[in-house]
Amino acid sequence: MTEPARDPGGEEILAVDGVGVWLSGREVLRDVSFTIRAGEFTGLIGPNGAGKTTILRVILGLQAPSSGRITIAGRTRGRRDGLVGYVPQKVLLEPDVPLRARDLVGLGLDGHRLGISLPSRRRRQAVDEMLAAVSAERFADQRVGDLSGGEQQRVLIAHALISRPRLLLLDEPLANLDVRSESATVALLHRIAGEQGVAVLISAHDMNPLLPVMDRIVYLARGRAASGTTDEVVRPEVLGDLYGQHVDVLHVHDRVLVVAGPASRSDVALEREDVVAPAEVDCEDVVGGRR
Amino acid sequence: MSDLLQTALVSGLLGSSSVRIAALVGTAVALVSGVVGVHTVMRGQSFVGHSLSDIGATGGSGALFIGVNPLWGFLAMGAVAGGVLELMGLRRPRGRDVATGIVLGAELGLAALFLYWDASFRSTTGASISILFGSIFVINPAIVPVVIGFCAAAMATLLLLQRTLLLCSVSTDIASARGVPVRLVGVAHLMVMVLAVSLSALTIGAILSTALLIGPAAAALRVTRRPGLALIIAAGIGVAATWAGIALAYESYYWPPAGHGWPVSFFIVTLIFLFYLGADALSVLRGRRKARVRAPSLAAAERV
Repeated sequence: MTEPARDPGGEEILAVDGVGVWLSGREVLRDVSFTIRAGEFTGLIGPNGAGKTTILRVILGLQAPSSGRITIAGRTRGRRDGLVGYVPQKVLLEPDVPLRARDLVGLGLDGHRLGISLPSRRRRQAVDEMLAAVSAERFADQRVGDLSGGEQQRVLIAHALISRPRLLLLDEPLANLDVRSESATVALLHRIAGEQGVAVLISAHDMNPLLPVMDRIVYLARGRAASGTTDEVVRPEVLGDLYGQHVDVLHVHDRVLVVAGPASRSDVALEREDVVAPAEVDCEDVVGGRR
Repeated sequence: MSDLLQTALVSGLLGSSSVRIAALVGTAVALVSGVVGVHTVMRGQSFVGHSLSDIGATGGSGALFIGVNPLWGFLAMGAVAGGVLELMGLRRPRGRDVATGIVLGAELGLAALFLYWDASFRSTTGASISILFGSIFVINPAIVPVVIGFCAAAMATLLLLQRTLLLCSVSTDIASARGVPVRLVGVAHLMVMVLAVSLSALTIGAILSTALLIGPAAAALRVTRRPGLALIIAAGIGVAATWAGIALAYESYYWPPAGHGWPVSFFIVTLIFLFYLGADALSVLRGRRKARVRAPSLAAAERV
C-alpha cells in the first residue's frame, strides 16, 4: 500500500512500482511501491528480515524482481552507470589490504573500468574534494583496514559519491556504530543530500536516529511497505495493517517506539524496541537515546 | 651483494647458456607470480594457490609419463582443477576451503600414481624430483618462447583487470552494482594464478611454487599501503630472490659436499622467507613508532 506522496517539486529519481520478490519459494516482498525525489532523505525502516536489503538489491539490479519494475532517473533497464551510489552493509577490510582511504575513494571514479589508473592532478583534486566533503582528510593516507567503523563508513560514502550519482543507497550504515559516530554519520548524510542534490535512501532497523532528518519514510514489515511522511506512516492503523496485528506507537521523549499490541505481545516480537520496558527506556534515553 | 656479483662474474655465471635461460625464465615467472600473488592474498585464496601448484604436480607427472613437456601437464591440470573449484563454490569462503581440500586430495592421489608408474615403467628416476622441486637449470630452450609468451599474456591480463580486482577485493556487492562481471573477473584471476604456478613449477618445482606466489606478496603487503607499490615490491622481491638463488646455487657447486650443487629451489624459497621475516620486522617496528606518535592525537580527538 502506498500513501499519496507529497510533492516537494524535485525531479523523480527513483520509482519502485509494484515490486514483488520470491526467493527460494518464499515471498520476500509483495507489491512494494514508493518514489523518491532529488534531494530527498528517505529512511527505509523495518525489523530484521523485513526485506530491506532485498529491496535495495532490486534497486541496484543485483536481484531481479519477480514482478513490478524499477525506474531510476527515467530509465527502466540497461545501463545505470554512475546513477546509483551504494554503501553495502558489511565491508570488512583486513588491515593488510594495501588500500589507503584515498585509493578507495579513487576507485569510486574508475574501479569498474579496465586498465590501471594513472595519477593526474584532476583525479587527485577530485579525490581530495570528496575526502574533504566527508571530513576524512585526517586519515586520507591511512590504510582503510586500520580505520574505525565510523571512519570506514565515511570513506565508503565518499567512494559512492565521487562519481556524482543521483541516488545514494546505504544498507544499515548505522549498525555497529557508537552513538557519536551514528549521529555524525546521519548529520553528514543529511548535509551531503542537500549540498549535492542527491536522493538518499538509507535502511535502518531503528528509525529514531533518522527522525530529525528524514523527509520521507518507507516502512517495511512482512515484505510489504507503506511510504509517506513520518506522521503519515508511523501510526497504529498503518503499521498495524502492515504487521497484520494490533500495534501501538508510543512517543517517549523524542523517541518513537513501535510496540506489539497487548493481545499478542507474548507471541510476536516486532522489533527489539517492543520488549523494552518503559522504565528502561527512560534510563537509556538519558545515556544517549540508544537501546 | 657486490661480492656475490663478483663471484658470479668471475666464475662465469652469466657465460653459461643454461644459467642465462634460467635467469630469463626465472625473472619472467617471478614477475607474474609476485603480481598475481598480491591479488591472491587480498582475495584470501592463498590455500587455493597452494593447491593449484600441488595439483600441477599431477599434470606434470602425467605429461612426463606420456612423454610431453611437463609445462603442458601443469597448465592443463591446473586449468581443469581451477574450473572444478569455481563450479564447486570458490566464491564462498567456506565452500572455498572445503572444495579446495577435496580437489587437492583427489588430485594428489593421481600424482602419486603417475609418479609411481613413471618410476616403475620408464625408470626415469629423476622425474619425481624435477616435477616436485623444479629444474631451472635444465629448461628445454624450445619451451622458452612459450614461457615468455604466457608470462606476457598473464601480465597483460593483470594490468587490464587491476582496478576491477581491487574493487572486487573491497566488496563484490559494490563491484557488481557498478556493472563489474565479478564472476568473470574471478575466473580470469584464477586462470592467471594457474599460469603463474604452472610456470613457476618449471623453475622451482610444483611443491614450492606457492612460495613464489604467496611469499613476496605477503612481504609486500606488510610494508606498503599503496596498491600499485605492493605489486611492484612483490614482483621485485620475487625477482631478487630468483637471481640471488640462481647465483648461490651456481656458487654452491664449490661448497661441501664438493661437486654437488645445492638445489636452487632451496635458495629461492629460503630467500623469500627471509624477505618476509624482514618485512614483518619492519612493519612491527613502524607500527610501534606510529602508535607512539598517534596515541596523544587520538586521545585529543576523543575529547572533541
